[in-house]
Amino acid sequence: MTRYAWVRISIVAGAALILEILCRTGVVPRLIMIPPSEMMASAWQILASGEIKSDFYFSFVNIALAIGFSVVGGFITGLAIYSAPVLRATLEPFLTSYSAVPPIVFHPMLIVIFGLNRAPQVIIAVMFGLVPMAIHTISGLRRIRPVFLKVGRANRLSRAASIFQIQLPAAAPYIFVGVTLAVSYSVIGVISTEFILSASGIGHQISFAYDNYDNRTMYGLVLLLLATATLLNSSLRHYSQRMLQRWTR
Amino acid sequence: MKARQAIYVAGFVALLLILWQGLFLLFGLRVLTPPWSTFANAWNMLRMPYYWPDIMESIRAFVIALLIAFGLGSIGGILIGTSRTCSEVLEPLLVNINTIPKVALYPVILLIFGLGIWAKVVFGALHGIIPIMISSIGAVRNVNPIYIRSGRAMHLTRWQMIRLIWVPACVPEMFSGLRLGFSLTLLGTIFGEFFASQKGVGFLLMNAIDLRNIPTIMALILLLVIFAVVCNSALLAADRRLHRRQA
Repeated sequence: MTRYAWVRISIVAGAALILEILCRTGVVPRLIMIPPSEMMASAWQILASGEIKSDFYFSFVNIALAIGFSVVGGFITGLAIYSAPVLRATLEPFLTSYSAVPPIVFHPMLIVIFGLNRAPQVIIAVMFGLVPMAIHTISGLRRIRPVFLKVGRANRLSRAASIFQIQLPAAAPYIFVGVTLAVSYSVIGVISTEFILSASGIGHQISFAYDNYDNRTMYGLVLLLLATATLLNSSLRHYSQRMLQRWTR
Repeated sequence: MKARQAIYVAGFVALLLILWQGLFLLFGLRVLTPPWSTFANAWNMLRMPYYWPDIMESIRAFVIALLIAFGLGSIGGILIGTSRTCSEVLEPLLVNINTIPKVALYPVILLIFGLGIWAKVVFGALHGIIPIMISSIGAVRNVNPIYIRSGRAMHLTRWQMIRLIWVPACVPEMFSGLRLGFSLTLLGTIFGEFFASQKGVGFLLMNAIDLRNIPTIMALILLLVIFAVVCNSALLAADRRLHRRQA
């Protein structure tokens, strides 16, 4: 680990320590926040008791579905846009302003169409995650050095061989950046929709605990969720940066 | 090429409208209203005084959130960006915070700021501030060192350095971050109104969902989409102009 990483860890640890002191001394009332040590204890209890195992499972399946659809769909969309100039001219203005409309506004309509089940949540999460995946697929394919393609042509590779042996491996690190984004957006999409209109899932459990003034459970769940998301995102990012470095060396 | 692209885009929009009408024919009024009457409903909504207090509440919350996100985000980003150590330490931390589901923090914000307008303002600003900070750090760090060296060679004063070199070199990239921050702040503010709120467009939307009032849901969604797309197109045009001038 680098020196900077240690500084980062100590900043986070220091912030937690200050929060702990503020909560213990009563500067921050218990009704607003419980000390971080109690959050951790509560998170551990939730894990050990297994009381919301079904909610974890529900969210997990939704997130996995959303990731699958956004990665595969985004890749296919990106590939199609890259290879068809007509599609590129048509869809590019929409892609550049994709984040303008929060997909969450379509949630009410999807609920009316599909009902209160996992479909609306997965669809919203896919709307969040698919576009960054498509954008990074396109930019990855565009960045391929022309000399790679020339070598392929000099070796008389077929079109398919050129795609599978040259273009995709060359674009892989950038496409993987898209995958990491698709993963984090899928998590955000699923948890957000669970939060407002759902009867199960971690997001729902957090808002349920909030509605019942059950701060201990709420903070435990928030901590668990944030820790899981951070672990997932940072390991993917670490891997993707290693991939980029290996390529540019 | 430009004219042809406009035709393609118009064709795509027409296709979406046809698809919308098709969905209406398939599902009927129970699920969605057709495009034409949705536009009419949205227009009526804007003319009725009944909705304006909520619309104004959302606009007020959004504007305050945007000012906080723009101000703190760009100042914080510039301050962090000017120190190498600071940006090396903090940037990965910010990127990580950016990818966590911030909804999980919304109850915490509600507990701290109460049920009024400030909870949504803070939640909206929280969504926008980090992308703006990250892009400001990038903008400051990516200034071509040649510009700075030539500025020093010409013995520019500190103020001249800022006015003639730092600002023109950083603004285009920072503006791209502001554009992203704009959309995310809108998302955060509307989302803040979905949950535990008594006023605002998000609240109206939630209310309409509870009442299964499809025409209102559709009209509100349409208004939000139009607002977002119009603002974003304006920002995108400004963004492109800034980048072209720099190139």
